[in-house]
Amino acid sequence: MSGLIEQARYTCAIGAMQTVVAIPRALPILHSGPGCGTMVAGFFERSSGYAGGSTAPCTNFSEAEVVFGGEDKLRSVIEGSYKVLESDLQVVLTGCTADIVGDDTAQIVREFRETGKPIVHAETAGFKSSNIVSHSVVVNAIVDQFVGEVERSSTSRSSTDELRSATGKIPGLVNVFASVPYQDPFWKGNLSELKRLLEGVGLKVNILFGPESEGVAEWKSIPSASFNVLVSPWYGLEIVEHLKEKYGQPYFRFPYIPIGGNETSRFLRELGAFAKLDPARVEAFIAREEEAFYMEIQSLATFLLEFRYGLPSWTQVLHDASYVLGISKFLLHEVGIVPKELFITDGTPEAFQQEIRILLAATSEKKKFDLYFEPDAGKAQDIVRSASHAGRGILIGSGWEKALAKEKGMDFLSASNPSPFRLVLTTGYLGYRGGLRLIEDIYDRVLGTYA
Amino acid sequence: MSVVNLKANEVQVREVRLGSITGFAGPASELVGCARKGKLGERGRSFTQCLGCSTSNAACTVILIQDGAVISHGPVGCSGCFHEFAFTYLVNGVHRGVNAPTQRRIFSTNLGERETVYGGNERLAATIREVYERTKAKAIFIVTTCASGIIGDDVSGVADEAEAELGVPIVPIFCEGFRSRIWTSGFDAGYHGIARKLIKSPVKKQGDMVNIVNFWGADIFTELFGRLGLRPNYLTPYSTVDQIAHSSEAVCTIQVCATLGSYYGAVLEQEYGVPEIKVAAPYGIAQTEVWFRELGRMTGKEAEVEVLLAEERERYLPRIVELREKLKGKKAHVTAGASHGHALIAVLRELGLEVRGASIFHHDPLYDNGEVGADALQNTVRDYGDVPRYSVCNKQEFELVNVLNRERPDILLARHGGMTLWGGKLGIPSLLIGDEHFGMGYKGLVNYGEKILDTIENDEFVKNLARHAINPYSSWWLEQAPDAFMKGGEQ
Repeated sequence: MSGLIEQARYTCAIGAMQTVVAIPRALPILHSGPGCGTMVAGFFERSSGYAGGSTAPCTNFSEAEVVFGGEDKLRSVIEGSYKVLESDLQVVLTGCTADIVGDDTAQIVREFRETGKPIVHAETAGFKSSNIVSHSVVVNAIVDQFVGEVERSSTSRSSTDELRSATGKIPGLVNVFASVPYQDPFWKGNLSELKRLLEGVGLKVNILFGPESEGVAEWKSIPSASFNVLVSPWYGLEIVEHLKEKYGQPYFRFPYIPIGGNETSRFLRELGAFAKLDPARVEAFIAREEEAFYMEIQSLATFLLEFRYGLPSWTQVLHDASYVLGISKFLLHEVGIVPKELFITDGTPEAFQQEIRILLAATSEKKKFDLYFEPDAGKAQDIVRSASHAGRGILIGSGWEKALAKEKGMDFLSASNPSPFRLVLTTGYLGYRGGLRLIEDIYDRVLGTYA
Repeated sequence: MSVVNLKANEVQVREVRLGSITGFAGPASELVGCARKGKLGERGRSFTQCLGCSTSNAACTVILIQDGAVISHGPVGCSGCFHEFAFTYLVNGVHRGVNAPTQRRIFSTNLGERETVYGGNERLAATIREVYERTKAKAIFIVTTCASGIIGDDVSGVADEAEAELGVPIVPIFCEGFRSRIWTSGFDAGYHGIARKLIKSPVKKQGDMVNIVNFWGADIFTELFGRLGLRPNYLTPYSTVDQIAHSSEAVCTIQVCATLGSYYGAVLEQEYGVPEIKVAAPYGIAQTEVWFRELGRMTGKEAEVEVLLAEERERYLPRIVELREKLKGKKAHVTAGASHGHALIAVLRELGLEVRGASIFHHDPLYDNGEVGADALQNTVRDYGDVPRYSVCNKQEFELVNVLNRERPDILLARHGGMTLWGGKLGIPSLLIGDEHFGMGYKGLVNYGEKILDTIENDEFVKNLARHAINPYSSWWLEQAPDAFMKGGEQ
């Protein structure tokens, strides 16, 4: 066992520059080798946002900086960034080069911060972790170095001051941590649906990332939230734990992406119980949403049950843990597609694997699923290659699976990174609406195979 | 002329080997003049944005070899963009006679904190064996990264040991991003590795085979060369390990883009006596005539070349004249890597467009062959006149935005991903042609002319985009001189 990865489905720690790109008007500044930003942009594609990609400033380490250190260059690039680019928040991310040679990036960034600049530093050397892990590092860095202490932040939302309770919290305001931006290809759509759902049961939402975020003003109000919502099987726990300690905020965690009627209603009921929301209001919202959702499923049922030319009856999924759980539960119960081999390719740490196994097993009382934790997707593909099931199947994974699906005679839906064969803008798979969209996408691909 | 030394593990980077630079602003004639007098000075920058990396360019020379496998020795992110080459391989195969393209085999040693402290040799050694077991590749390429370079892994030693054990070439390619400001050094690094481990001494010279060092442009040479009784040997994308081994048997080597193939050409000439065509590639009429005649001279096909040129003229010149009429006086700006950028400038001016400015990523005063005639920028200045605002911009977007905002050309021609966005945002019709063969010869002029006309005519999308575009650049910056952050520039 060498620990190699074939066909990587995530990137390294500095990939969390996309966490910054996802915050409106925030600027990533890379203190790294010359190619890091381009590699990240190339991995995700169409991911430049406000000032990522070729716009992001970078010290572009050369031999001289490796030998003599890159601190002077960093100072000069930060100064230039203020002159050339307009931004509300700057996040300096270090790469392997800066961290191996031992530049004191934190100190340089502190000097700028002390002059009143909204600038933050995060250690994101590629060898330290993945972009999924370092998403939390970046968020916590922004919390500590920009959002700051509770006293400081209480001036930021003057219009809502009257709503503030004695503890300085705004009742019903929540911070949401769900998708890792860009690593979740559907993050914009998912966050949008999540916001709609939470507002539907009466909460106010700091969504923090994407077009529905109010940018840095919203980040400044993080300490005012009554509690935090985490939708994740493993990543992001460091964020909500940190906020719990720092601002005394409890958190509600749902361990996978809720897709479709069953799981979204379960999510809302558990959340309502946690937050002691008015049950009547929660149930009324669920009833309305479920009615719309199941009306569609009923109309669809005839097609699913009667279409006589062949539809997929089983699936194999290669994806991040959240999707493997969410898609499996949804497809089995609400669409009638049976999950077979399932591959979690996101490098889930061992400590979380048992919980994920239990969550998956709970999907069905009568079925067992073959679950693999396998970041080496080349190996996962070999297992798919050698598996055989009767009837028509659909392979759900990244662009790498397109050729494999063809080889196996399977239907194919591109839904994870990297995804060169599919364009996603604001599509989401989370929630009631996301579930319907996933159905549309699956059968769009399937029907597209007919002449 | 640079001297090839295949005994060395690594080839020197371009700034050392060729004296290449990444910063200049002034007339193109001045740049050419300085280069001839050996007075080319580098102008560093105090503010910079994300660059490309040698490791991607090195990877680009090996990932598309049909029967190879590639290992990135570094953290998993150092191969983050390689899947784009896998996509290219699949979709372009049909244009290069590879009708059933296979999945690319791309691996990362996935270096972590532990290896960064204790070294990654063992992990690399185990990875090579596992990759061989999994792929049975005819050659395994290892591209290095900043992390593996700084921690000082013995990549050559590990590779040689594995090669002895496995019996297939294990090719180390030293292309750490921090080693060179000029990421095209990665091409040289790739070819150096290939030359050391794959190219074999000629068994039997093949008098009709011409090496073409290129990317993945559509195969136009089978037809063109067929008329001359020659056949192309494309290197290295879509070639096989065996084909590369026999590239030493060709009658000569031609460059499609000398920025790409300079070092490969020098290796074949110096080590194996395969002469390289040392005049710039056939873009624009003047250079097309010069280049084909030189090809004819080197291959003994002078008469055939005259026939071919006459046929091409007869077939395409009337349309070129029409296009010139329609394009006369239109203003263009070019942004591209060095050699191909020069080629595009020639194409545009041959078509009657005015090229006042160009933002070219770097500049090589001469290529490895040391021939002045191969300097495409010199040729374009000689054949079509000066380019008054020529800048070597190191792919710095902020400089390009500044220049485009001032210049507001009728069209922006780009040859690198990410660079057309700002044309579009400023409402400038923008065109990127991925196929490096698209503009070659007489036919290439017609190709480009039609495409440019079409792009200028259909400007509705960019005009609308410009009305709604978000601009992160400060108004202060847009009023500064484009070279304000270059050494010697003024803010």
